[in-house]
Amino acid sequence: MITTVASMVSAPVLGAVVAQNVFFYLIAAVMVIAALRVVTTSNIVHAALYLVVVLAGVAAQFLLLGAEFVGVTQVLVYIGAVIVLFLFGIMLTRAKVGNEDGLDHDNVIPAILTAVLLVLVMGYAVVDFAGDEEIDVLGNSPTTVEQVSDSIFSTYIVAFEAISVLLLAALIGAIVVARKE
Amino acid sequence: MYLVQFLLLSSILFCIGVYGVLARRNAVLVLMSIELILNAVNINLIAFGAFNGAQIPAEVFALFIIAVAAAEVGVGLALVLTIYRNSKSIDLHQVDLLKG
Repeated sequence: MITTVASMVSAPVLGAVVAQNVFFYLIAAVMVIAALRVVTTSNIVHAALYLVVVLAGVAAQFLLLGAEFVGVTQVLVYIGAVIVLFLFGIMLTRAKVGNEDGLDHDNVIPAILTAVLLVLVMGYAVVDFAGDEEIDVLGNSPTTVEQVSDSIFSTYIVAFEAISVLLLAALIGAIVVARKE
Repeated sequence: MYLVQFLLLSSILFCIGVYGVLARRNAVLVLMSIELILNAVNINLIAFGAFNGAQIPAEVFALFIIAVAAAEVGVGLALVLTIYRNSKSIDLHQVDLLKG
């Protein structure tokens, strides 16, 4: 697991590693900028659309890590369903189309301080813990949908049943809560 | 690729989400920030799975988190709609019925 890049022998592998890193940093930069826009933009529809960029970036990172099925599910569930739900919520609460005042608290300094402090502490802990651990994505055996579904329906069957009940409860709960009297 | 790249990316996303939850007063935007936080957790899970060679459990748990997040956003938006219907606003400053 802890092999260095230099110890990998062939040139194509090294090229693949370089390409992985280039794409990681490209996607990560786009994701961070879009995420910052989600929490700072004064147009609520734009916030939802920037969230699409972040979620697509997360799906791309999943693909980079070799988790194809989760990446595809991310696109289907998040970009396909959750964002549409958000846009419904925005429209049904009659948000102004265009820029809007009063989306932020009057005093955001404590929030900025909290977030910066948290990122510093977490960043220090993460670098201290995993400073030079390498992920050998190319060395991992690719995971198939078959393996994932096998695991869900055997090892994690109890959790799967629990999540089925949770989804049903959430569905009924959402209808009951949002329904007119 | 190094494990720390993914962990740092996910901590940055997490903290941006925390900032959004703390600084926004529009309820829908707070829900969006919570989605950012949940996605940061998912990146962590998949990265550790690829690092340990335990990809299958990591992917299964990431799928479960996606399902829970979908349920959460459904119920959350239903609550936001009810708040809007009762007070004609989703400004979280105005949801202060519990304040004496």
